[in-house]
Amino acid sequence: MQCQECGKRPATLHFTKIVNGDKTEFHLCDACAKEKGEIIPGTSNGFSIHNLISGLLDFDLNHPGQIHGAESRQLQCNECGMTYAQFSKMGRFGCSSCYDYFSPRLDALLRRIHGNTAHVGKIPLRTGGVLHTRKQLEQLRAKLAQAVQNEEFEKAAFLRDEIRKLEKQA
Amino acid sequence: MPGKNINLEAKSEWMKGNGPESDIVISSRVRLARNISNIPFPLLATNRHAAEALDRVKSVLDSDDLNEISRFRLIELDGLPELTKRVLVEKHLISPALVNESRRGAVVLNENESISIMINEEDHLRIQILFPGLQVKEAWDLASQVDDIFEARLDFAFDERRGYLTSCPTNVGTGMRASVMMHLPALVLTQQINRILSAISQLGLVVRGLYGEGSEATGNLFQISNQITLGKSEEDIVDNLYGVVRQIIGHERAARQKLLTESRIRIHDRVNRSLGILSHAVVIDSKEAAQRLSDVRLGHELGLIQGVDAQTLIELVVMTQPGFLQYFAGENLSPEERDLRRAELIRSRLKA
Repeated sequence: MQCQECGKRPATLHFTKIVNGDKTEFHLCDACAKEKGEIIPGTSNGFSIHNLISGLLDFDLNHPGQIHGAESRQLQCNECGMTYAQFSKMGRFGCSSCYDYFSPRLDALLRRIHGNTAHVGKIPLRTGGVLHTRKQLEQLRAKLAQAVQNEEFEKAAFLRDEIRKLEKQA
Repeated sequence: MPGKNINLEAKSEWMKGNGPESDIVISSRVRLARNISNIPFPLLATNRHAAEALDRVKSVLDSDDLNEISRFRLIELDGLPELTKRVLVEKHLISPALVNESRRGAVVLNENESISIMINEEDHLRIQILFPGLQVKEAWDLASQVDDIFEARLDFAFDERRGYLTSCPTNVGTGMRASVMMHLPALVLTQQINRILSAISQLGLVVRGLYGEGSEATGNLFQISNQITLGKSEEDIVDNLYGVVRQIIGHERAARQKLLTESRIRIHDRVNRSLGILSHAVVIDSKEAAQRLSDVRLGHELGLIQGVDAQTLIELVVMTQPGFLQYFAGENLSPEERDLRRAELIRSRLKA
C-alpha cells in the first residue's frame, strides 16, 4: 500500500478511526507522518499510539448523552493523582487504580478500541483462585444450557454433576 | 557487574532459520504485559518505585523458580554502552522504548535468548517469547508458564472484569500481543500484497515492518499481529492469527509456483543478479542489502540458488543493521563507513 500523502513510499502507519459510523483511514509513510508532525512510536519524536488514543478520547466530548466533557475531565485517580484530562492527553493510565476511578468513561473507550469491555482470557493462578472457579462455573453452565437445548441429556447430566462438584468447592 | 559478559555475537534462537513453515515464517513471538499491584505504572513511577519493581523481579530470579525452565541473567540498562543497547534492540530482545524512556530499565534473558523479560518498560513486566518458524502456540504456552512462575511470587494488577491491567488501554485484558514475521517476496513481486494486507487489517490484525511499530517493511518482511487484547481469550487470539497466517502461507506458496512456471527465467536472473551484487559489492546501503538478501533467500527457497543457507541469510539481515555493524567495528561509524563495512561483512559471510 502506498502512502496517501506522497503516493511514492509504502505506507507504514495504518490507522482507522471510526466515530459514530464515520470511518476515516490513514495510510502514511514514515517520512510523511514525520512531516505532519506525527511520528511513530519507536522513533524519537512525539507521535505515538497514545496520541491516537487521546484523539479517540477527545471525540467523546462531542457525544451527546454521555457524561459532559468538563465533568469527566474532573475525574481523578486518588491513588496516583492522575486526572482524566491527563489520561486523555497521554493515552496511558498512571496506575492500576485509574481503571476504577475512570470507570464511568472506560466502557465507551474500551469498546472503541477492542469492540469489547470484559476480559475472558487467562486468570492468575494464585490470586485468581475464586475467580477461576467462578469463570469455570459460568462456562459449564453455558455448556449445560447448550446440551439441554440439543437434547444431549447424557452430556447434560455429566455437566450438572461437574457443576455441583465445583459449587461444593467454592 | 551486570551485563558485563553479554555475548552479543551469539545467535538468538529465533535466528536459527528452522521451525515449522520456516520457508516463509521467520519467527513467532508472544508478549505478555504484566504489572505489579500497588506500584504505579512506569509512566508515573518515581526512582524509588522503579527500583522497587526491579527488586521484586530480582527476588523471583533469586528464588531459582525460573531454573526449571532455563537459566537466566539480568542485564540492567543503566550504564550499558549505547551500542550494546542498540544491538539488543536489533536482535529484537528489547524495545527502543526500554532504551530511550525507561527508568531503571532492565532485561532478563535466558541462554538461547528465546525468552526476554523487559522490566520497567511501559509496563512493569513484558514477558516475551521469540521462536523461529511458525510456533505461536508453543510461544504462548511458554509465556504462560513464565507468567505463572512470576505470579506465584508477585501480585499482578488484575481485575475480574478488565483482566490484566496495563498502562496503555490497547493492551488491557490478556496483555497479549502475538505476532508472526513472514517473508513474502512472491506476493510482493506478483503485486498481490496490498490486497492481502488490507484484508488482514479488516480481520483485527495489524501489519508492521521488521522492527515493529513504525518500521518499513524492508526486505519483504512483514510482521502480523493481533490488535485486540480484550474480550478474546489467548487461545482465540492465537487461533485467529494461525488461521490468517496459514492462508497467507498458501497464497505465498501459490505465488512462488506461479513465478516458477510463468517467469522462471526472469526470476532466475533476478535472484542470481542479487547474489552477484551481494558477493561483489564494495558499498551497499541497508535498504538495498535487505532487498538483495530477500531475493537470494527466495532463490534459495525456490531451488534456484545452491550453497547458501537460510540461517546465514537471516543473520545477515540482523547483523547488517547499523548497531551491529558499529558494535563489530567497536566504534561509531558514519553512514558511508557503515555501507562499506556492510558490503564487506556480506561478502565474507557469503563466501564462508
